[in-house]
Amino acid sequence: MKILVCISHVPDTTSKINFTDNNTKFDTSGVQFVINPNDEFGLTRAMWFKEKQGATVDVINVGGPETEPTLRKALAIGADSAIRVNTPATDGFQVAKQLAKIAKDGEYDLIIAGRESLDYNGGMVPGMLAALLNANFVNTCIGLEVEGEKATAIREIDGGKETLTTSFPLVIGTQKGLVEESDLRIPNMRGIMQARKKPLNVVEPVETTTQTSIEKFEKPAPRGAIKLIDADNLDELINLLHNEAKVI
Amino acid sequence: MSVLVYTESEEGKFKKASLEVASYAKEVAQILQTTVTAVTFNTKDASELKNYGVDKVLNITNEKLGNFNAEAYADVLKQAAEKEGSKVVILSQSANSKYVAPLLAVHLNAGYASNVVNLPESADPFMVKRTAFTNKAFSHTKIDTDIKIIGLSNNSFGLRENQGNATAEEFTPTLSEADFSVKVINVDKAKDKVTIADADIVVSGGRGLKGPENWGMIEDLAETLGAALACSKPVSDMGWRPHSEHVGQTGKPVASNLYIAIGISGAIQHLAGVNASKVKVVINNDPEAPFFKAADYGVVGDAFEIVPKLTEKLKEFKAKNA
Ligand SMILES: Cc1cc2nc3c(=O)[nH]c(=O)nc-3n(C[C@H](O)[C@H](O)[C@H](O)COP(=O)(O)OP(=O)(O)OC[C@H]3O[C@@H](n4cnc5c(N)ncnc54)[C@H](O)[C@@H]3O)c2cc1C
Ligand SMILES: Nc1ncnc2c1ncn2[C@@H]1O[C@H](COP(=O)(O)O)[C@@H](O)[C@H]1O
Repeated sequence: MKILVCISHVPDTTSKINFTDNNTKFDTSGVQFVINPNDEFGLTRAMWFKEKQGATVDVINVGGPETEPTLRKALAIGADSAIRVNTPATDGFQVAKQLAKIAKDGEYDLIIAGRESLDYNGGMVPGMLAALLNANFVNTCIGLEVEGEKATAIREIDGGKETLTTSFPLVIGTQKGLVEESDLRIPNMRGIMQARKKPLNVVEPVETTTQTSIEKFEKPAPRGAIKLIDADNLDELINLLHNEAKVI
Repeated sequence: MSVLVYTESEEGKFKKASLEVASYAKEVAQILQTTVTAVTFNTKDASELKNYGVDKVLNITNEKLGNFNAEAYADVLKQAAEKEGSKVVILSQSANSKYVAPLLAVHLNAGYASNVVNLPESADPFMVKRTAFTNKAFSHTKIDTDIKIIGLSNNSFGLRENQGNATAEEFTPTLSEADFSVKVINVDKAKDKVTIADADIVVSGGRGLKGPENWGMIEDLAETLGAALACSKPVSDMGWRPHSEHVGQTGKPVASNLYIAIGISGAIQHLAGVNASKVKVVINNDPEAPFFKAADYGVVGDAFEIVPKLTEKLKEFKAKNA
């Protein structure tokens, strides 16, 4: 089984979000970048397939040279090799197109991506990738077992879950729940040393178009001061929620 | 030219998010000077959509589409959009809509903007405002393609009544074998339970509640308010509550009208995921907890005393206002 894990390189969850160039660019100064948490769950599951079922696991990012430390981290966690498509990510469709080219040429059976990236929040790359590849697709995937060419997946739905069966080639959009939190791996010294020797192949992008463009960013308006209510005066809280906020 | 909207229903009843996307589609149609066509699956009675400005309903009756199936539904929506000559397709951000939208985008060669929170700011160029960086910012995004797909953030627009005809028509799309290559073999879903995605009110508990055995009072409060239950990340990591209740930047997003946080400190990752809620109430015994800087109303004190009291008072209030 050949697995490709899509890795989005995103600001650490504690990052302050600011913009430069007249609010058109994300301000990366002082920002730590990490593997998108949803992709980390996917990568961890891929490691399980590698260790238990002999899968090979490659990781991929579409982005500039600044994303390489994130790919190296994925190698240190245990991926066999990494691919960086050398072009800035501009929109979901453009990223999906680049990924589709590599996925197709590499004849991957299973492509694991995150349900959503923490920065762009598109929730679109895995689905678009599946459609471009004519592959099967399971989104919000919280369980995956593979037997030969057949896969059984669990998908989170609003208010419950669903079990699905399908086959390769398969793309999943995954999230928390695919593996236990305690199974996530922190790269150890040996992993980091090995990662330095593993291949990180830089490939040039294919020609593609974009469908959307971000014209400007905006920060949420600062909020008004909180109203504190005395713990002995909960009637007042109910009154405010009913008459002022009008939410009950 | 009609604006196409996918309206989800469950056991014949439209979801609130469906009425919201219909309301939104109506106002988009007014901007574009056209009508609204809703697509429904296996609904016998779509007349409710009349009140939200839907002009025409294309209903698909097909047993094979009894369970949601993303590939097949995307194929149907594509054919419906072609039939109507739609340039704008609107969906909610329910789990199913988020699943189908990117597939549809590729099939229609359409640009897709998810998590949209406002009416288009202009029609030409077609500009929408969407959330980015998990609610820490917004982006003004331009869709350049001829056909545009909008995923409307749940609860960002609200329901707006508008009279339409909702003239129903049966629509028979052509389905292929390939549409069913992902098969649902089991659905495990709690009936009559309010989900976080659809809830007006969400009651959420954190590590301050000390253990799963103390959730009874949280459930009582939620039941009194008709609210969905949620929790902070450590609470689900420790197995006190199911993962499906974990909200925040790495959990589910919350965009309810009212979010009540009990024994939750208000870490940046938690706040990012719940910030889109309109009104936030925090109950915490530490006046320095960061959540007090992010909420609208706060009570400083012991949750074990406050929550049962609040529930009692709410019951009285409900009885009086029923
Ligand atoms: C990569 C990453 C992603 C993350 N994603 C998320 C996420 O999506 N969602 C999320 O929630 N967290 C997330 N976190 C975790 C986050 O940083 C916090 O650790 C977490 O939100 C804290 O949960 P808590 O508020 O329940 O617990 P605590 O921080 O321990 O807070 C408990 C609170 O309860 C109060 N308290 C104690 N006793 C009482 C009492 N008797 N009555 C009233 N109040 C009481 C305390 O004063 C305290 O403020 C993430 C962290 C990382 C590193
Ligand atoms: N630039 C990128 N390179 C590689 N994978 C990506 C990239 N952007 C997004 N992805 C993958 O697609 C998922 C969803 O991203 P998005 O559609 O932006 O929310 C991410 O979790 C990644 O797995």
